[in-house]
Amino acid sequence: MIKVIVGRLLQLIPVLWILLTLTFFLTKMVPGGPFSAERQATPEVIARLNEYYGLDKPVWQQYLSYLGKVVRFDFGPSYTYQSDSVTEIIARSFPISLQIGTLAFAIAIVIGVTAGAIAAVNKNKVWDYLPMSVAMLGICLPTFVLGPILALIFCLELKLAPVSGWYGLEYVPLHPAVMPAVTLGLFYAANVARLTRGGMLDILNQDFIRTARAKGVPEHQIILKHALRGGLLPVVSFLGPAFAGLISGSFVVEKIFNVPGLGQEFIKSVFNRDYPLILGTVIFFGTLIVIFNLVSDIAQALLDPKSRKSL
Amino acid sequence: MSIETATVVPDAPVIQEAKLASGTSLWQDAWYRLQRNRLALGSLVFFCMMAVVCVLGPLFTGYTYEQTELSLKASAPLEPIIERTESVKNGAPRRSYLGLSSIEDEFLEKSPEERQAVVARIKRGEVVREDRFSYHLTRLKHRFGTDALGRDLLTRVLVGGQISLAVGFAATLVSVVIGVLWGAVAGFLGGKVDTVMMRLVDILYAMPFTVIVILLMVTFGRNFILLFVAIGAVEWLTMARIVRGQIISLKHQEFVEAAVSLGLSERTIILRHLIPNVLGPVIIYTTLTVPDVMLLEAVLSFLGLGVPPPMSSWGALLDDGARTMETSLWLLVFPALFFSSTLFSLNFLGDGLRDALDPKSSKD
Repeated sequence: MIKVIVGRLLQLIPVLWILLTLTFFLTKMVPGGPFSAERQATPEVIARLNEYYGLDKPVWQQYLSYLGKVVRFDFGPSYTYQSDSVTEIIARSFPISLQIGTLAFAIAIVIGVTAGAIAAVNKNKVWDYLPMSVAMLGICLPTFVLGPILALIFCLELKLAPVSGWYGLEYVPLHPAVMPAVTLGLFYAANVARLTRGGMLDILNQDFIRTARAKGVPEHQIILKHALRGGLLPVVSFLGPAFAGLISGSFVVEKIFNVPGLGQEFIKSVFNRDYPLILGTVIFFGTLIVIFNLVSDIAQALLDPKSRKSL
Repeated sequence: MSIETATVVPDAPVIQEAKLASGTSLWQDAWYRLQRNRLALGSLVFFCMMAVVCVLGPLFTGYTYEQTELSLKASAPLEPIIERTESVKNGAPRRSYLGLSSIEDEFLEKSPEERQAVVARIKRGEVVREDRFSYHLTRLKHRFGTDALGRDLLTRVLVGGQISLAVGFAATLVSVVIGVLWGAVAGFLGGKVDTVMMRLVDILYAMPFTVIVILLMVTFGRNFILLFVAIGAVEWLTMARIVRGQIISLKHQEFVEAAVSLGLSERTIILRHLIPNVLGPVIIYTTLTVPDVMLLEAVLSFLGLGVPPPMSSWGALLDDGARTMETSLWLLVFPALFFSSTLFSLNFLGDGLRDALDPKSSKD
């Protein structure tokens, strides 16, 4: 087991290297540079800036020097935030995304598993369709529509949470993370509900459930002890990558609620051509996704004796 | 071929009888089960109707999606429209249209009482002349109202539906073709080829899709075709994984061994014997990818990377609507109704197909 985990962690290196290389050359293909276009600067100033940041060198030299820095965990300075390094920006914005993401994760699981379990037990009846419709709201309306609607109801009308921003908002009852987390959580709840329902239906058709029924085990015990436990397997394999996506911040939600999280920094960096920040966040995202994929594989193996061998 | 002929029992009529008694194919079975799921069946009907309405509807609305009427601005659904004719010296009179709610602004120099009297006359259908202008009520109607540029929202919603559905299906097609072939080849060949191919999928999985799509859109401009190629290129990963898993479980079965022993090429085995057997999961996943892609198109519109104006798409309309939600709610409500009902129907259809096509699920 430990051998397998170490092996998977070692795979991180080639994965991140290819990810970094792809992103590096993609960003170089984009026309315009961080110091061109609308920014008011004379050609001399731009030339000096390019020289200072090493952008005047051939691309392969830039690539090699960047690679050398990354190996030493130095992601360089940001172009837009002149006094901050990329590491500092990530360290500053990631905790915010982490809070929203963790809360959204909890919301998604609670809504999704409940709706999926109720639906599975009442297959093809009203109590199948109704919970699934509620759970699917999040994937049938884009977050940039759902977010403002929720904000209108809960922030402007009921005044429960701040409409936007993050700091100095102690006078409203709810933490500023709640509304973005609900918006984001609803999106993932749909997938969790669907996987729970499918997984539970699979289990409910199996022979050991029939045996349990024949033995006279009460129905609620069959559902909670046997069906739900087995039915959550597909959910577990989805949750790993989903959690990585959640905590790295949905930029749309962060933009709507004007939250200074990592997702928003990432989108800003793309539009600003802030190469070091783009690359830094991409590597950070990539690491998170690989690690959480591994975590969900391990969790799945612990829950399911059948796939334990394949790990 | 020789194996099949060898197994034929001499007593042919008996076999035919047995077929009549038991023979329901996987697809007949699935169709039967889908019919039992009323929500999925209703979704299928609804979706087909939606597609027909979006394709044919714009022919009957009387407006085009790009026809602007600036003076009309954002008029509410079914708001009476007033025609204003301005007589011009040595030329044809200039004609423009106004919403009834903004007609009072035309007579701001009058006292409030006079203003109301004029408006009342117009409402009664009289032709009112003021200086060079004449006003009269028309029978024109914008069923869904108009947007800020006075474009007919109904037409734009329907045309937007065409675009969104086209993007959804085209991108899904791209992702299905790549995903199925990739997964089938990796799963069938196995070994090192499999490892390399699936490792590449893992790497692409770890890549935030927005980087690829946004960088592509920024690099090559807002190109309509590129939009769905880019989305399709991102969405094929899951399909490849599903197909690979299925193929691996299939390839050790007897019919594949038989095909190998008959000397069929790998290409034929993959295309003729393996892929048809994984169609079930592929169809399910395809149905579920279309709404995903449509959602992604909407998000790209939100970021300003969707279809370029004046073209309309549901994503672009929703983005417009969400921005003007507080002043003109209908600009959000109608696109949102069309968009979410279509996505609901596709999602329920996909889930229904999953229940129907999965041979493991019970036959009730």
